[in-house]
Amino acid sequence: MSGPNTEYDPVQVTPLGEAEVARMREDALTAIAQATDLAALKQARADHTGDRSPLALANREIGALPPQARQETGQRVGQARGAVSQALAQRQQVLEAEHEERSLVADTVDVTLPWDRQAPGARHPITTTSERLMDVFVAMGWEIAEGPVVEAEWLNFDALNLGADHPARTMQDTFWTEPAENAVVLRTHTSPVQARTMLTRTPPIYVVCPGRVFRTDPFDATHSPMFHQIEGLVVDEGISMAHLRGSLDHMLAALFGEGIRTRFRPSYFPFTEPSAEMDMVCFVCRGEEPAVETCRTCRGEGWIELGGCGVVNPRVLTACGIDSERYSGFAFGFGIDRMAMFRHDAADLRDMFEGDVRFSSAFGSEV
Amino acid sequence: MRAPMSWVREYVDLPAEVSVEDVAARLTALGLKLEALERPGHDMSGPLVVGRVLTMEPEPQKNGKTINWCSVDVGAANGTGEPQGIVCGAHNFEPGDLVVVVLPGGVLPGPFEISARKTYGHTSAGMICSALELGLGDDALSSKGGIIVLPKDAGEPGDDAFDLLHLRDEVIEFEINPDRAYALSMRGVAREIALAYDVAFRDPALRKVPAGNDDGYPVRVAATDACPVFVTRTVTGFDPTAPSPAWLARRVQLAGMRSISLAVDVTNYVMLELGNPIHGYDADKLAGPIVVRRAEAGEHITTLDGQDRALDPADLLITDDSGPIGLAGVMGGESTELSPTTTTVVVEAAHFTPVGIFRTARRHKLPTEGARRWERGVDPTLPAAAADRVAELLVRYGGGQVAAGVTQLGQAPAQVPIDLPLDLPARVSGLVIDAATVEADLRAVGCEVQVVGDRLTAVPPPWRPDLTDPYDLVEEVVRQVGYDEVPSVLPPAPSGRGLTREQRLRRRVGRTLAGEGLVEVVSFPFVGDATFDRLGLPADDVLRHAVRLANPLSSEEPFYTTTLLPGLLEAAARNLGRGAPGVALFETGTVAFPRDVAAPILGVDRRPTDAELQALFDAVPDQPLFLGAVLAGERDRSGWWGKGRGASWEDAVGVVRRLAVELSVDVRIEAAQRAPWHPGRCARFFVGDDEFGHAGELHPRVCAAFDLPARSAAVEIDLDFLMRRAPDVVRAPRLSHFPVAKEDVALVVAADLASEVVAATLREGAGELCESVRLFDVYTGEQAGEGRKSLAFALRFRASDRTLTETETGEAKAAAVALAAQRHGAEQRA
Ligand SMILES: [Zn+2]
Repeated sequence: MSGPNTEYDPVQVTPLGEAEVARMREDALTAIAQATDLAALKQARADHTGDRSPLALANREIGALPPQARQETGQRVGQARGAVSQALAQRQQVLEAEHEERSLVADTVDVTLPWDRQAPGARHPITTTSERLMDVFVAMGWEIAEGPVVEAEWLNFDALNLGADHPARTMQDTFWTEPAENAVVLRTHTSPVQARTMLTRTPPIYVVCPGRVFRTDPFDATHSPMFHQIEGLVVDEGISMAHLRGSLDHMLAALFGEGIRTRFRPSYFPFTEPSAEMDMVCFVCRGEEPAVETCRTCRGEGWIELGGCGVVNPRVLTACGIDSERYSGFAFGFGIDRMAMFRHDAADLRDMFEGDVRFSSAFGSEV
Repeated sequence: MRAPMSWVREYVDLPAEVSVEDVAARLTALGLKLEALERPGHDMSGPLVVGRVLTMEPEPQKNGKTINWCSVDVGAANGTGEPQGIVCGAHNFEPGDLVVVVLPGGVLPGPFEISARKTYGHTSAGMICSALELGLGDDALSSKGGIIVLPKDAGEPGDDAFDLLHLRDEVIEFEINPDRAYALSMRGVAREIALAYDVAFRDPALRKVPAGNDDGYPVRVAATDACPVFVTRTVTGFDPTAPSPAWLARRVQLAGMRSISLAVDVTNYVMLELGNPIHGYDADKLAGPIVVRRAEAGEHITTLDGQDRALDPADLLITDDSGPIGLAGVMGGESTELSPTTTTVVVEAAHFTPVGIFRTARRHKLPTEGARRWERGVDPTLPAAAADRVAELLVRYGGGQVAAGVTQLGQAPAQVPIDLPLDLPARVSGLVIDAATVEADLRAVGCEVQVVGDRLTAVPPPWRPDLTDPYDLVEEVVRQVGYDEVPSVLPPAPSGRGLTREQRLRRRVGRTLAGEGLVEVVSFPFVGDATFDRLGLPADDVLRHAVRLANPLSSEEPFYTTTLLPGLLEAAARNLGRGAPGVALFETGTVAFPRDVAAPILGVDRRPTDAELQALFDAVPDQPLFLGAVLAGERDRSGWWGKGRGASWEDAVGVVRRLAVELSVDVRIEAAQRAPWHPGRCARFFVGDDEFGHAGELHPRVCAAFDLPARSAAVEIDLDFLMRRAPDVVRAPRLSHFPVAKEDVALVVAADLASEVVAATLREGAGELCESVRLFDVYTGEQAGEGRKSLAFALRFRASDRTLTETETGEAKAAAVALAAQRHGAEQRA
């Protein structure tokens, strides 16, 4: 577009005096300075640097000037155009900054607006408590064994030294299935998984078996026909009750903190001999005065009943094909639901099985 | 087992200062678990004294009642020696009777403080007491609700009545485990106390008894296997109206049984004292000799409780010429029952073996006090002593005499010795226990012990039929050394392999669904035909073939479920009913499909063979892990962001799509018709050709049946199947860095053609260069034409080694469209 102007209109050619150029320059700078927004600046740019702007026209005329005037005028116009261009750029920057600031202010939102478009999900505290327990034992190198809930009578009872005429069978109010001759029950404990494990693996065996079990208890605040158990089984050479206690103490410390230990009392289970009831030190009051007096968790006992345990009865080892002269073992079991109840201070067992989302949601996805 | 301390202390030299709490704690540590501690009578205070009624004047009242204005001699107990004026509402006494009087200042159970008070126009200074008011219960002891009239020789006016009536005692209730049946008697509890405190024990069963002779009541035992010992004694001239002495009735009552009559109370008393259940017969009602035999087919008996019972050939019976007169060891018959006219009592003290009694008690649902003891094992040496003790007490309190005839059949079987390595208790317990301790501890529980080298032989005492194995002896030693002394030692760490793949995937599925806004629930698996009806399952639906429970909690729900949906739908309705605007739940759980095969009952003396085991495992119902989900009500809530959205079929299908992505499984979806889903809004899922579940909107009738809002949606899949199909190791994708080319295509197809099918055709037709086919719009308006719909797809093309030319992408797209046209009659829209 530039280049020597050979076709200029002589009528428009006016003298390009110093004052004239200075005026053009001043006019332009004033317009730029007075532009208060980007649109006004764009207009000023068009008015003072566009093709028809005085300085552009003046620039075009330079070629028509006599050679001696060309240089001087050229220099003068050039300087003016440079100053205008620089002013434009500066003003552009200022106005853009102002614009950005204004639009950011306009973008401001209320970040406290609620976002409850979709309710959060959750896993069940029995699931998460069970996983937590499993993790403790897996960290000790044990494995998780599982088995069916609807189970053969022989595995639920006979293999565990609970023959058909054992009075202890009536201790576990069993759901029987029909027809009776099929000899299938809803397992009353997770112990048949221990039997299955011993029948299908060889020692050393270190497993825990979590799962659902059933007893014919009506459903109320403290009883349920269905609940969850976790049982541990170790069969190895030289295993004693001391190893049983060590494993339980370790588990309790992992779950409830250092110093939470067990207490053993003699008891009876057909599948263990000697058998024990195990209690744990109350993790709330730790059995210490005066906190224990008013402790709701242990009801002032200082101890919480946990479950049963003992040395695997050699008869069970024999029925499961394990040499009871060479190997010995221990087993323990307790209620996952019950542990979740007291660990989380839950008030009513029914909340575990009614599926009210307000209950599970309180626990999130892990415990 | 309830043990009054006053009773057990008779047999053991327990220092008086030892508290009942201490006894309970020590016995709990030994294995008799404390269940409850009671202090009957300790909620009362005196003065409670013997009074003699001097005068009584009946005074009819306006309210129709007649009260007695009495003057009662209470000796010096009132401080003055003057007769006490007392108003009494009862009438079962007369002047001259000895009664029990609580004077002002006394406190009766309630607590009920006694003071002199104005009533019926008199000042009544105290109260004449009934058994009920003294907390003595509502049985024979309570004089049928009236006031207590004491025997003439009970005492003098002013005597303290607490001791006289045996009001105060301390009762420990124990939970007795099946291996400690000996502790179902005062004899056994006292023996444990002696062990706990290392004090002397006096065995109440040690008494001189006459030898058997031929003059006793004739008895023949045909089933000696089940009844090895049978003893009878006969008491003649017994006064059936003689009351039980207060102490005896009170002890029976504190031990948890009802006081009924002297004869019955005595048999119960001796059972509680020694542990041997006793039965008494009215000799005048017996017809001919007693025969102990098994039942014959078709026989019946009417037991004491008035029930007519059909007998099983395995039931052990006591019979006479009239037929069955008792279910041996379990419950007597009505026909020979002791009654208020019985003057000749035949006392039966036998020994029955556990197995048969257990079966009979279970078969007839009779968990009686007798059965409870027999099925756990009773000391077989007791019968002679027990019968003698009963006869003694009957005669002492009911008069008459013990007949000289003594029937004594059979002998207690000998105890089997047990061989024990002396170091076994230490090895099993992890405690330091030396040989001397083992020996002493076994002697302490009554074993005869002989040590030879590093082993010992122990002959258990007759009251310990539970001691059969070396490990039983270990427990006896360890419980004396102290269970709580067992040290805490971690076992050697094994090298585990962590969670199995399936266990890891299950956690992942749960977390994924929770992340999708679903809440996990755990429901009971019990369902009934009505449940299946509510799901709209046809009569021959495979889900109706479920495992049936013989003893369900509710007869309405006798099945173990084959589907997780009922529990989920009920939980969803419960949440909505409790005010939730919407609910999204999931559950993972096993369901059961019966195999209708009998599971064998194998032996336990050895490991079953592999074939036996396989048969056992194969008989257990098939129990796949299912995943169910339900979405009902609001799925997205409305709010400042805009309108909300109700849960619908696509949320349900989306659950499976999400899991398929999470587990990297290629899942194919087809339309399906399956209850309980809406026939036009149900998807079924495949991996390859294997179907593994359904999802979609529930049938409107199902929504209504479960009280769920319309358009509620549900999912149920076989999660085990899906997890098995997940690749163990995912292969990393190869990423092309060449530019993508995009082409859109709109196809008009039949309205009922599944979009997924068209998309698959496009993918196939477009060939390898096609990176993805995504449906982005569905149009079913007029322009698509009647019975047609328009599907708009975005196709992306990319090569791994070059930038594609327009020609290449154009050709690929054209090939895709052509295949769709050929296969589905698809027309491309401009
Ligand atoms: Zn506590």
